[in-house]
Amino acid sequence: MRNKRAWFAFPYVIWMALFVVIPIVIMAVYAFTAADPVTNASYATMANFTGMGIYLSVFLRSFWLAVVATLVCLLIGYPVSYWMAKEGPRFQRVAMALIMLPMWMNFLLRTYSWMSILENNGLLNQLFRAMGLLNLLGVEYIQMIGTSGAVVLGMVYNYLPFMILPIYSVIVKLDGSLIEAARDLGANSATVFRKVIFPLSLPGILSGVTMVFVPSVSTFAISNLLGGGNQMMLGDLIELQFLGGAYNPHLGAAISMVMMVIVVVCMVVMNHFGEGEEQAVIM
Amino acid sequence: MSKELIRLSDCVMSYGDEVVLDHINLYINDKEFLTLLGPSGCGKTTTLRIIGGFLSPTAGDVLFDGVRINDVPPHQRAVNTVFQRYALFPHLNVFENVAFGLRIPKADGSGRKVKLPEQEIHQRVMEMLEVVNLKGFEKRPVSALSGGQQQRVAIARALVNRPRVLLLDEPLGALDMRLRKDMQNELKRIQQEMEITFIYVTHDQEEALAMSDTVVVMDGGRIQQIGTPEDIYNEPKNAFVADFIGESNIIDGIMRDDGVVEIFNRRFQCLDKGFAKDEPVDVVIRPEDVDIVDEEAGQLRGTVTSVTFKGVHYDTIVDFYGFKWLIQTTDFCPVDSHIGIKIDPDGIHVMKKSQYSGMFGDYSSYSEEYEELDVVEPEDEDGEESDSQEGGYEE
Repeated sequence: MRNKRAWFAFPYVIWMALFVVIPIVIMAVYAFTAADPVTNASYATMANFTGMGIYLSVFLRSFWLAVVATLVCLLIGYPVSYWMAKEGPRFQRVAMALIMLPMWMNFLLRTYSWMSILENNGLLNQLFRAMGLLNLLGVEYIQMIGTSGAVVLGMVYNYLPFMILPIYSVIVKLDGSLIEAARDLGANSATVFRKVIFPLSLPGILSGVTMVFVPSVSTFAISNLLGGGNQMMLGDLIELQFLGGAYNPHLGAAISMVMMVIVVVCMVVMNHFGEGEEQAVIM
Repeated sequence: MSKELIRLSDCVMSYGDEVVLDHINLYINDKEFLTLLGPSGCGKTTTLRIIGGFLSPTAGDVLFDGVRINDVPPHQRAVNTVFQRYALFPHLNVFENVAFGLRIPKADGSGRKVKLPEQEIHQRVMEMLEVVNLKGFEKRPVSALSGGQQQRVAIARALVNRPRVLLLDEPLGALDMRLRKDMQNELKRIQQEMEITFIYVTHDQEEALAMSDTVVVMDGGRIQQIGTPEDIYNEPKNAFVADFIGESNIIDGIMRDDGVVEIFNRRFQCLDKGFAKDEPVDVVIRPEDVDIVDEEAGQLRGTVTSVTFKGVHYDTIVDFYGFKWLIQTTDFCPVDSHIGIKIDPDGIHVMKKSQYSGMFGDYSSYSEEYEELDVVEPEDEDGEESDSQEGGYEE
């Protein structure tokens, strides 16, 4: 039966067409063309893709750091979600507010704060110095800013709530009688977790991983600010093609497309693990 | 059949001021089908959860085979549960649901954890699926099963572990009438075949009477009566039990002597003894124990106020001096006819007065409202009984 209220969705369908589908088409057109340096006329070419090899290290770094950040988010986020879901409703509300609180602050502001904490003469190094740690090690400062660790830290800090929320919402809705049934059938707490709670929270994990991994791969300001310019990621590279000195929107569009395809492939493979469960959101 | 397996000794369960179980004393024999019966909130599920290990009593002891098990967690008890809403694992198929308990390593004699070989697991699961008539369903996801099938998976999942005791918490509550009857027979068959103790919780008295060896009637956190289904039905201990189990006329009476009870200023022969002389009592008379005779020959005389055809018998409401009785009889007596009744001594059951006295009128208790309704709207006096009956026979 046709849904009679389908037209309520039309505004969004139009929005999607205008601001999602058309831009992707434009991006594709850009990616498969280049501008003649003399006449500035566009011509079709594959050069944008064939010449991308020189950026391989940026691709690898982007995906590697995104994977690490996602794993760290999962390792921190899952226990927090589990613990929150087991506590009383009042505790849950407070904890939820605390987790959301940083998100109400401006993203750049948060990242700048981390800069001033991690700098060679920043808060942490001053603290280490006051504690005598630096003298002990015989160094002027501990290098934190400009490392890949700093970039991962920045991503984890910014994206952790996106891991916690979906996992928490799955665990909190878990039917308590399933846990009782498992215990009744002889499972101790560890087995209950391994055989019931964890498998049933997989949809939440998939959503969380997706929601952290995708923005991590394409992040730019974090890597730029905390990576000190030597941790360039795909987002920075793309930004450079559109706004920076390397101005070449055709190449930028091509890199975006490749990144998109790789992300989609990753998500499809991952969702395959959750087959039969509720499908996690893709992007 | 006679060996004692579980004993609840003076068990109290309370949450703050609220007492859910009030000094429960109960023993359960090996291989017995015991039913905890009562209205919701009577404490029957709490009792079951204490035996299952999900709750620990506030006071009192739980003994299993003579050993105190108050603090033994559920996974270390030789007890398995069939949950009210089945609680099947949605991420596992039928086979894996049933195999769940078998796949968990168990300590052997020397305390080492051992896993069952896959072949044995497979064999036991398939055997159990056959017992519950679910052969061929092992690969299905549980969400694709009907309520009755899910129910049977839940039973198989519990029984495959060969527990000493199976706890069933209103397992048929979610099924329709027809399926319920089938499953009742099925459960009884399984219980006898596997020779396992069943502890069954229900609020459905018919279910309890049909399946149980022993029925425990509970109300308000207390045990009201323990006995065989026949005992409970024929010799209810108080007005609550009499009212909850089956239909009954509960009338005020006075015990004039051993074997003599006075109702409506008339003396009746009965079999009950041991009451004080002239002690006020509750008298239960089951609707099927009343014989309708000619007015002159009756021990009591009354007027028929309503007749409903029920298939096997007529539900006849008779007014005796303002008290309305329900009588089930195969003789048809038209409304407004004057009749007499006779009650054999074994049809009269005398009970001590209790906190429940006068609470359950059924058709018997005197009510001015009844009288008023009688005048204004005669056909309304027995309410749904006559109105809802399809093809009902009414004058």
